[in-house]
Amino acid sequence: MTSAPAESSPPVLDVRDVDVRLSGRTILDRVSFSIGAGEFTGLIGSNGAGKTTLFRVILGLQPTNAGDVLVEGRPRTKRGQPIGFVPQKFLLDPDLPLRARDLVGLGLDAQRLGAPRPSRARHALVDEMLEAVDARRFADTRVGRLSGGEQQRILIAHALIARPRLLLLDEPLANLDLRSAHEVVELLARITREQDIAVLISAHEINPLLGVMDRVVYLAEGRAATGTTDEVVRADVLSNLYGHHVDVLNVHGRVLIVAGAGEDTDLAGHEVAFPTSEIKRESAP
Amino acid sequence: MSFVLGAIFAPGFFTSEPVHIALAIGAVAAIVTGTVGVFTVARGQSFAGEAFGDIGTTGGSGAFLIGVGPLWGFVIGNLLAAGAMEAIGIQRARGRDLATGVVLGASIGLAALFLYLATTEQSTTGATVTILFGSVFTIASSTIPLVLALSAVVLGLMFTLYRPLLLATVSPEMAAARGIPVRLVGALYLVALALGAALAAITIGSLLGTALLVGPAASALRLTKRPLLAMATAAGIGIAAMWLGVVLAYDSYEWPPVGHGWPVSFFVVTIVFIGYLASGLPGRRRGGRDQTPAAATPAPRLPAGD
Repeated sequence: MTSAPAESSPPVLDVRDVDVRLSGRTILDRVSFSIGAGEFTGLIGSNGAGKTTLFRVILGLQPTNAGDVLVEGRPRTKRGQPIGFVPQKFLLDPDLPLRARDLVGLGLDAQRLGAPRPSRARHALVDEMLEAVDARRFADTRVGRLSGGEQQRILIAHALIARPRLLLLDEPLANLDLRSAHEVVELLARITREQDIAVLISAHEINPLLGVMDRVVYLAEGRAATGTTDEVVRADVLSNLYGHHVDVLNVHGRVLIVAGAGEDTDLAGHEVAFPTSEIKRESAP
Repeated sequence: MSFVLGAIFAPGFFTSEPVHIALAIGAVAAIVTGTVGVFTVARGQSFAGEAFGDIGTTGGSGAFLIGVGPLWGFVIGNLLAAGAMEAIGIQRARGRDLATGVVLGASIGLAALFLYLATTEQSTTGATVTILFGSVFTIASSTIPLVLALSAVVLGLMFTLYRPLLLATVSPEMAAARGIPVRLVGALYLVALALGAALAAITIGSLLGTALLVGPAASALRLTKRPLLAMATAAGIGIAAMWLGVVLAYDSYEWPPVGHGWPVSFFVVTIVFIGYLASGLPGRRRGGRDQTPAAATPAPRLPAGD
């Protein structure tokens, strides 16, 4: 999937031995991984595993205690480096006087001063981006009145319109129904290939991403295991990561990661990384 | 035709200099507060606007006491208040309510003293009414340059900040991820809000200023879904309310008690309130989500000036 010249150029994102400690607590512990162009990478971990902190580090908003973050081979210090970002699910005010297309347009130049000058070229660029995320039909709706899946599309278009090489999405599937989540994942996988960008998407459930991930970065206890899904989502690797025994169960092409299984009466009180809600998902589209 | 005009505009309306000043300052203040107010409502900072009203009272009454124009008092008081708010973090939705309440209480207490002193010294209640409820007919023409200068500063600030402020309003995280200094943008907006509140205070009084700041903007948010259009609509509603208020107040000299006009501020705030109620009507009929065929929805009827 990765094109040949990518071998010689540096990875789009290179995270090297990043340590973050906040008020004495270790949030990230020597986290290292890299993502190349055209790679769709999942950042998997339960709530509080440090996913959002890692995003803040990559964006340059969170100082590190050790380690480096390189974006296209350069340290992530200066402003204006090409990173698209979709933050964790937040509530857009339904009364905000802002159409979907206005928010996408802000993705072009929100950091500039003054009001944007409307032009045919700008309008066409916004239209093209809306088309790319299949959002033309609600382009003129107030952005706060769109459904969760529709808002995600608009936020993705906002993040992508300035043509970043790296796109970060913090839990974009949280609070989406199964169908919308599936659509958003398909959209992101397609954009990753078409635009040859590096995509890092965090999620607390691995299953919605299983078919499309090129690589997985699995965060637990502040540490990360990284590789292809087959290399990482294994009982030995994850047990090592969690520091206690973990079972990985394959159920009809889905995985269940269960702590302390084997003594099946013992589930309660142990950490269950993926809650039992996974089991009810057999009617996925 | 002239009969109808005569019934609306009392004799002397168009030749009165206080009326000219009231119309001009009212329009300028409405444009500024409409522009600023859209963000006040969208950012959920109406409380900050109200706080400026309370603290502006102290500044305005203090200025009155030492014989300076009240606008200076509003401006300086509000700018100091903006600094204090930034320091204690009131601008965040879950700010330090208790600290704010204590500061506002102390400020109003001080205003009570200033107003009492002003009243006993000059044996008139004019100061109290002017500061608290405004008196757009008694604004000295020498105040106009300051009003225009402040308005230019606020509008310049709003134009400059427009894009970063808009994104920071939608999502501080998205703005920060782009390298926008979210805190600085918020602080500068607070300055614009402080000055806007001062201009509102000079026209309809420090206590009622919030109505001009928030009312037209809240109506505009219901009527339009585009940010610049919302600012223009809010300004238009504000101008309509100010001018209609001036006309009615002028007419009210002939209403009981004859020879004593009703306060302009009463009319302005009432019109703003009615406008807000009316702006909810189209939305209610249309239902929650406005659909793409925007042409099917009725065009905003209220704005007169955009």
